[in-house]
Amino acid sequence: MAAELHVALVAADREVWSGEATLVVARTTSGDIGVMPGHQPLLGVLESGPVTIRTSEGSTVVAAVHGGFISFADNKLSLLAEIAELADEIDVQRAEQELARAKAEDDTEAERRADVRLRAATAGR
Amino acid sequence: MGAQLRVYKRRIRSVTATKKITKAMEMIAASRVVKAQRKVAASTPYARELTRAVTAVGTGSNTKHPLTTEAENPTRAAVLLLTSDRGLAGAFNSNAIKAAEQLTERLEREGKQVDTYIVGRRGVAHYNFRERKVAESFTGFTDEPSYADAKKVAAPLIEAIGSETADGGVDELHIVYTEFVSMMTQTAVDSRLLPLRIEEVAEEGTAKGEILPLYDFEPSAEDVLDALLPRYVESRIYNALLQSAASKHAATRRAMKSATDNAGELINTLSRLANAARQAEITQEISEIVGGASALADATAGSDN
Repeated sequence: MAAELHVALVAADREVWSGEATLVVARTTSGDIGVMPGHQPLLGVLESGPVTIRTSEGSTVVAAVHGGFISFADNKLSLLAEIAELADEIDVQRAEQELARAKAEDDTEAERRADVRLRAATAGR
Repeated sequence: MGAQLRVYKRRIRSVTATKKITKAMEMIAASRVVKAQRKVAASTPYARELTRAVTAVGTGSNTKHPLTTEAENPTRAAVLLLTSDRGLAGAFNSNAIKAAEQLTERLEREGKQVDTYIVGRRGVAHYNFRERKVAESFTGFTDEPSYADAKKVAAPLIEAIGSETADGGVDELHIVYTEFVSMMTQTAVDSRLLPLRIEEVAEEGTAKGEILPLYDFEPSAEDVLDALLPRYVESRIYNALLQSAASKHAATRRAMKSATDNAGELINTLSRLANAARQAEITQEISEIVGGASALADATAGSDN
């Protein structure tokens, strides 16, 4: 069995996902970073974007993360985000509507959020 | 029915209605406490991980950050007071307000000017009535605070602590809230959020004897700390809001329980009084009848002779 790391994806008000994984790819402020078991202790600032988790069963979990942190030590990885959603929790239709509305109203913040959601939803399928 | 008896009956009816209402409020509060407690529990993983991260940066690097270094001569402080929007919670709000006032007094004795920030309509009303200055107030979400609410509350505070003292910024940030100890005990506590004492955070964040690894910071320790500390403050405020909400519901439950008990007692006393009044009325009537009959009997006996 391949080495694995324990991942906890935690939002401010709930634990979104937790389990064993072999690879986690996330976007930090200085670029995409992939973490595999045995990585050196790391603490980084996350950009808004999709996070990809390859679970030890071989499936892939994608989540939309809106800002936050990644911290890794002792084969335990925590992804902290104020808002985090799994790709299959995201309502694509609503996110599209939201994106159109945000574009019309010139709300960059909302536009970015909707965009991240959509990207995560498409990546998860 | 005699006048007195009618008055008692009316009072019993009114107290019974009140009892029904307080009983219902007690049950609602009881179910809300459980919900609020669950929210507190759900927010713990985030707070715990964040605390660990703050500790890691604080101890693992020699970074100096305005939020972790104490001002040499602090002259201004902000106090955030958490109360509730609604009353009927016993001494819940007055305890929190009292704790805030004691803290303010202490800070002023130390020569600091205090800005007060208030959450909850009760606290706002208290300060407005006494015409005290409130820097900013927030209302409308104390029953079920969300993370967005906590961010809204934290934003002006983080801004104030980030700006220079001369331009209206503050050197210290204190928070007064009601800690949810258990269903029966809730205590008003005050604690200093900023500047952060890393040692204290480390104590609550990590298990005894645990040694934190040497982290690699991405992009740099300063940037991580910059991004981390506001989130830390937000999460602490969120936690305080949740605990305060849970405490408020517990206090309401207790207040309503004693109100229900009191109403029950009152109903008992009143029914005894009503029974006594009814009995008195009957006795009166009997003695009137007996008196009348004997008077009649006396009168007829007299005419016979």
